[in-house]
Amino acid sequence: MNILVCIKQVPDTTEVRINPETNTLIRDGVDSIINPFDTYAIEEAVRIRERVGAGKVTVISMGPPQVESALREALSVGVDEAILLSDRAFAGADTWATSLTLATALKTLEFDLVLCGKQAIDGDTAQVGPGIACHLDLPQVCYVSKVREISKEKAVVERMMEDGTEVVEVQMPAVFTVVKDINEPRLPSLKGKMKAKKAEIKTLSAADIKANVEEIGLKGSPTSVNKIFSPPRRSGGEMLEYETAPEVAKNLVGKLKEMQLF
Amino acid sequence: MLDYILTEEQKMMVDLAAQIAEEKIRPVRAELDEKQEFPHDLLAVFAESGLCGVYIDDAYGGMAGGTPIMNMVLVAEQISKGCAGIALAFAGSALGALPIIISGTEEQKKKYLSRVAEGEIAAFAITEPNAGSDAGGIQTTAVLDGDSYILNGTKQWITNGGEAGIYTVFAMTDRSKGARGASCFIVEKDTPGFSAGKKEDKLGIRASATRELIFQDCRVPAENLLGKPGSGFMTAMKTFDASRPGIGAQALGIATEALELSVQYARERKQFGKPIIANQGLQWMLADMAMQIEASRALIYAVARHIDSGAGRPTAYSAMSKTFASDVAMKVTVDAVQVFGGYGYMKEYPVEKLMRDAKITQIYEGTNQIQRDEIARALIKEAASKKK
Repeated sequence: MNILVCIKQVPDTTEVRINPETNTLIRDGVDSIINPFDTYAIEEAVRIRERVGAGKVTVISMGPPQVESALREALSVGVDEAILLSDRAFAGADTWATSLTLATALKTLEFDLVLCGKQAIDGDTAQVGPGIACHLDLPQVCYVSKVREISKEKAVVERMMEDGTEVVEVQMPAVFTVVKDINEPRLPSLKGKMKAKKAEIKTLSAADIKANVEEIGLKGSPTSVNKIFSPPRRSGGEMLEYETAPEVAKNLVGKLKEMQLF
Repeated sequence: MLDYILTEEQKMMVDLAAQIAEEKIRPVRAELDEKQEFPHDLLAVFAESGLCGVYIDDAYGGMAGGTPIMNMVLVAEQISKGCAGIALAFAGSALGALPIIISGTEEQKKKYLSRVAEGEIAAFAITEPNAGSDAGGIQTTAVLDGDSYILNGTKQWITNGGEAGIYTVFAMTDRSKGARGASCFIVEKDTPGFSAGKKEDKLGIRASATRELIFQDCRVPAENLLGKPGSGFMTAMKTFDASRPGIGAQALGIATEALELSVQYARERKQFGKPIIANQGLQWMLADMAMQIEASRALIYAVARHIDSGAGRPTAYSAMSKTFASDVAMKVTVDAVQVFGGYGYMKEYPVEKLMRDAKITQIYEGTNQIQRDEIARALIKEAASKKK
């Protein structure tokens, strides 16, 4: 079974700070890591390959050349091959253009399954995984928390929903996005790290994947970010302090009535 | 960071060991210390990481790459930064495996070192109630009977005792010859007549298992004898030559952690309206800690490299690296508790554990007094050899 894992390199912080003047992310002094949700996708891909006992796992990422470090990290935990999609034509892509670019690259590869993290911790859109499935016209299962059965023909997986677990049988090939409950990613091994350091990373350009440059990058993005801002901290508020709880409640109701909220 | 010019492979070992310390060891160290619990769950982590093979030849499934002792020291330092007790599952195995590395036949190495490289725990058993610093006082005996030796006696304070699968055990094959009558045997865990006794309740390194080993008519195949009968003492001495920088590295890891925590705490703790690190008196304490630690590191790495190069007996230098680094660790951790003040004395904060853990490094694998004897002996010998 050949599995493709789409990963993204993100700044190592869940509290991304924004420069209020330029409305861009402040990346100074922030390390880059593999998007944490993607690490679960990588681990699951390696586990499926180990379980099936055949095939290979390939990680693929779109981004600038420095994304190579994220790909090498993936290679150190059991991934077989890595592909970097890097081209100026890819720059400025929104989730539509990003998923289209990845889907276009995926069409040039052989695979039985595509795995993604449920979302990236920087953008938090959760759109690229499903977008890839749509562009490839493949079935998609999002928020997968367990792979019960899997073969080249079909898979039975569990989806983690807010109100319970949904069990889905799906035809392959398919696209899954995974949640962190699916596994505990392994640490790299020394041999894995050494292999990753020496591994060759294949770089593909827009021309290599035969992408239409009008449909990708900034040009191919139907949405654009006009403004990013940190919402102002809420201020004010009034503490009602009385001796007893009934007194507090009585005064609270009074206030709410006064404000015509009750 | 001072650049010690590590190889790419060594940098990876350091990174991986540091990652394990951070993600797997730090979160559990206080609990394992409190409960005095052996880190069973972490053995698989060590095994899968490949770090257990860093001091074992590539031919036996390891990744020593010609620098076994330097690799061992680098990994021991990082894991000990996380927890010196947990680190003994790694470092105690190295000590247990060294007699096989030093005196083993090709067959013995193939059979046992590959298992250690894969993560099986080993242990080194020389100490007895009446034989500590004076290894000549060993009372455990080994008597040849047909194609096996029969071992009788009791070992004491054996690191990884009861947890290890492979033991290198020292016993007398000829008591009339004193230390020259000692021999070393490989004993497997499930050998009939061999059992582990009570687990000791210790001041520090509490996540490490320290037990008695009891041999009652324990029959060990003669092929498990390491080297020749009577060569055990030499095997033990050569083992200590190679292992003592590892104890230095353990002490170094403890001290480094103590300094990092002290600097961090001194920046956060405010008294009299300013962080306590603004006081010059405290700054000088931290500066002294840093100097001593870096000097330890430089000495340990230099000695480890000297051992790997094979350039002459390293006995005195190994003794120096262990003694200097352990004395530094003791001083630095006592000072770290002082930096933390009342909080430092409380178990809720991590520095009192570092102080408890540091103490053993001045005692085991030869007390620091025995080490100073070794150093002085080398000085006298060298001076005497110059006299015509």
